[in-house]
Amino acid sequence: MSSHAKVQIHTTINGEERDFLCEPRQSLLECLRDVLGLTGAKEGCNDGNCGACTVILDGRIVASCLVLGVEAEGATITTIEGIACGSRLHPLQTAFLENAALQCGVCTPGFIVAAKALLDREPHPTEEQIRLWLANNLCRCTGYDKIVRAVQQAAATQEVKA
Amino acid sequence: MKSFDYAAPTSVREAIDLLAANPRAKLLAGGTDLLVQLRSGRKETDLVIDVKRIPELMAVDYEPSRGLTLGAAAPCYRIYGDGAVAAAYPALAEVASLIGGTQIQGRASIGGNLCNAAPSADSVPLLIACGAMCHVAGPGGSRDVAVEDFCTAPGRTILQAGELLVSLHLPPPRDGSGAQYLRFIPRNEMDIAVAGAGVEVTLEDGHFRSARIALAAVAPTPLFVRAAGEALAGKPVAPDTIATAADLARAAALPITDMRGTAEYRRHLCGVLTGRALEAAIRRARGQK
Repeated sequence: MSSHAKVQIHTTINGEERDFLCEPRQSLLECLRDVLGLTGAKEGCNDGNCGACTVILDGRIVASCLVLGVEAEGATITTIEGIACGSRLHPLQTAFLENAALQCGVCTPGFIVAAKALLDREPHPTEEQIRLWLANNLCRCTGYDKIVRAVQQAAATQEVKA
Repeated sequence: MKSFDYAAPTSVREAIDLLAANPRAKLLAGGTDLLVQLRSGRKETDLVIDVKRIPELMAVDYEPSRGLTLGAAAPCYRIYGDGAVAAAYPALAEVASLIGGTQIQGRASIGGNLCNAAPSADSVPLLIACGAMCHVAGPGGSRDVAVEDFCTAPGRTILQAGELLVSLHLPPPRDGSGAQYLRFIPRNEMDIAVAGAGVEVTLEDGHFRSARIALAAVAPTPLFVRAAGEALAGKPVAPDTIATAADLARAAALPITDMRGTAEYRRHLCGVLTGRALEAAIRRARGQK
């Protein structure tokens, strides 16, 4: 047993106020998955290279494996679970399905969360902007072309709706 | 990760007191190096001190007459995301967008890049070239140290027990000056430099008034090549003077052979990158693209 006491952390996750207890050594990713049951963010490399654990923390995408849960005190967090609106998929989710931009799916939550942050900031990104923005997200089965096309389609869909 | 305690002080004084009372404590800024090192067991600690709630460490203050004060923990995106800072220090904004990918830049700081003291740190040669100073605070007061004197060995710095890096200060860009950092990586992004060169030049009437050149990943620390810059002072802006400085940079490099490249290849890169960085900095100094 650890002598290092658990700390109570207050956050807003996907629009809901969530309090949780965590040890200082636990990453935000561990807190999301193991404490809060939000298993959408994936553990890939656990050292910040693969992007599978990407969440939006106070408006910026971060690798949640490289954030301590205790650092999230007072923070606003969006995870993949907060991207759809009820049962209505986000245009990115629809575009990933329609473009077959996933196979095993482990990287997909990270890609969609990261791409959402891009489209929120830049509704009409160029292909180069998409590729650079997503350089911290690795896919090891689908390849990137379909993913980039899905983001482009989602941007176009959003444009039609707007 | 092994267990540790966590503290998030809100003042420099409080952070110094915590450091003084806990010699094994580690400072946490963006965590993109520290948390990897703690998880892998390369570093151990009983206490992590998060410095991101200290206003001075998160400041990004630019004032044209005073220059830029960059809090040691201010994340990279705040540099390229700040229009005034990016316009005054375009080479720094570029470097901030080279370190890792978007997720890393949301957390990683230039101060952390310096304190991690990797020879390959992308921001450090540029900071040296720009004449940046480190503002260090400790139990005995504060002191200012030139960036070129900050790193002492891989992973080691001049910081003494109880001291922390509060901020970096870059002087205001002078008229006729331009800077550039270039690195060689085998990929397009998300990679560690095989070698890198950071330069700043100030031009006057077709001559170099001054120049500063520093190299990455070719010595135990980021390497300031004072002689290469000084050789340009007073000389015309011309291919042969640029080539002379590039030769001096290549000669000063002390690279090793490792998985990223051979010593010979790195030495060669130092010449190529220094020459190209000088050309780019000259274009910038002239207001060209």
